[in-house]
Amino acid sequence: MSIRLTNIAKTFGRSMALEPLDLDIADGELVGLLGPSGSGKTTLLRIIAGLEQADRTPGRAIHFGERDVTNVHVRDRRIGFVFQHYALFRHMSVFDNVAFGLTALPRRSRPSTGEIRARVNRLLEMVRLEEFAKRYPAQLSGGQQQRVSLARALALKPDVLLLDEPFGALDAKVRQDLRRWLRHLHDELGFTSVFVTHDQEEALELSDRVVVMSNGRIEQIDDPDTLYRQPANRFVFEFLGDVNRLEGSVRDGELTCGDARLSVELPDGPQELLMRPHELKLLEQPSAHARLPVTVTAASPVGAEVRVELVADWLPEPWLATLRHADFERLGIKRGQRLFVEPRRWHRFGEAATRGEQTAIVS
Amino acid sequence: MQRIGDAPRTRRLLVGLAIVLSVLFLLLPLVAIFAQALAEGMAVFWNNLSDDYTLAAIGLTLLVAALTIPVNLVFGVFLAWLVTRFSFPGRRLLQTFIDIPFAVSPVVAGLIYLLLYGSNGWIGSWLDEYDIQLMFAWPGIVLVTIFVTCPFVARELIPLMQAQGAREEEAAVTLGASGFTIFRRVTLPNIKWALLYGVILTNARAVGEFGAVSVVSGSIRGETNTLPLHVELLYQDYNTVGAFTAAALLALIALFTLAAKAGLEWRATRREQFR
Repeated sequence: MSIRLTNIAKTFGRSMALEPLDLDIADGELVGLLGPSGSGKTTLLRIIAGLEQADRTPGRAIHFGERDVTNVHVRDRRIGFVFQHYALFRHMSVFDNVAFGLTALPRRSRPSTGEIRARVNRLLEMVRLEEFAKRYPAQLSGGQQQRVSLARALALKPDVLLLDEPFGALDAKVRQDLRRWLRHLHDELGFTSVFVTHDQEEALELSDRVVVMSNGRIEQIDDPDTLYRQPANRFVFEFLGDVNRLEGSVRDGELTCGDARLSVELPDGPQELLMRPHELKLLEQPSAHARLPVTVTAASPVGAEVRVELVADWLPEPWLATLRHADFERLGIKRGQRLFVEPRRWHRFGEAATRGEQTAIVS
Repeated sequence: MQRIGDAPRTRRLLVGLAIVLSVLFLLLPLVAIFAQALAEGMAVFWNNLSDDYTLAAIGLTLLVAALTIPVNLVFGVFLAWLVTRFSFPGRRLLQTFIDIPFAVSPVVAGLIYLLLYGSNGWIGSWLDEYDIQLMFAWPGIVLVTIFVTCPFVARELIPLMQAQGAREEEAAVTLGASGFTIFRRVTLPNIKWALLYGVILTNARAVGEFGAVSVVSGSIRGETNTLPLHVELLYQDYNTVGAFTAAALLALIALFTLAAKAGLEWRATRREQFR
């Protein structure tokens, strides 16, 4: 079921948690709301759920498909909500937790006890917790509790599943498993999902589309690939990954900063260029259009790549470069070694520019 | 290095002192009550107990407790729910108001009620026109007892409900549960031990309240005399054994309450260990 938000805003006291915004989510889509804390993402999710009321702005509306739910109470919105810290009923067994929504139905629409039992068992099977039906929440691990909370949210077959930082409190490995599992479940059952996260990796990996938010505003809505390659503004660019910054002044097509220089096709004046760690190439000699001398302060292999930390007296803060192991070994990189950086490409966000400007340097 | 109190002599001295003081100030008086009550034998004890006025006092005391507990139970739950689940202007002020009965001396509470509801009082004179008399009658005793004991339940629940937060209730409402279902199946099971504890405290105080009740009761034997007031009356009549018999009864109720409280606390710690 699609979700359509029109002119939704929220103020808490005097502070504006959400500036008026519109958002369209297609039927069956998995959308991530990504932003730092205080960006309004959780508030937005809770407004979709009905746990929070949007301000009475003119024309505000929330539609689930064709159904106008703007003034519909949470309990009648037919949503599934997964809470950040699971919010399981602590005095109920896993079975009773999952069955709660079914047993709380008014008598005339409530399934028979046998049917409830069958449905709950099916759900527990789906989240792979059949043997834990009689346990209490406190006797389960974080990942198991989160799965119970998912099964509970899905028991009433909601059209819309909303998840508030669903994997935030779990360790990295469990998180990875659950992410994949959720993606699988989403594709299989075909509900529309919206989840909140502050982890860009999680948002990029899990979502069909990502909504990047900051300070109560939507900064960009795009699929993960476009988002990463064509960030709409500097905030999005910086939030989605590590950034190396080069500040200097341009004269006659050359940017200088201390004893560093780089050929650029930019008008004269002060400029700031941004580069991703993987866009930096390390060389033993300066190239024709880049002479950026740096010293290695640390090198650590992380998975498929090596992260190298670089300093120079013309850099206010150290740079980070990621290299393939092969390049790392070829250069024989050691701490204290002096090298030269050549950017493969760089990004620039002007005051007025809406889309970032990118330049690839062909060497 | 030695920690404070580690020296065997210090420890023995402190433990000994604690035991001596407990026996002297707590246990001995308690034993004395029962000793006095039974000083002239079982027959006299039973005789005193089955005295009409004593029976009436017991009945009135139980009536007051029986009316006070449900009122404060509902009031306390309602107040705790209000204060912990909603935010509204004046919420903090309300939380401070709850403590007024703790802060005010019971005698003062009794006098205030007398001023307000007595036949010359602001509300009392109006009620008098309809022939309703609250003061110097059992309704007045119930009223002041409710006043004196009203913080007990709410005070027990508020910190607990604050710590537990509203997440489980939010989860229940997203699952389509009605307000009553949420209260019955989510909120109540989470607060039941604290609630019971609050009720025990309320009961103990309702049964034993003297100051506020003595102001508004008028101590009419057989009519507005509660057990604590009865003890005083008998003592003033130089009926020491009778006074101590009634006192023993109160002490017995207190002991029973303490046992129930200890039982609940034991259960609560056991549940925590299990978690």
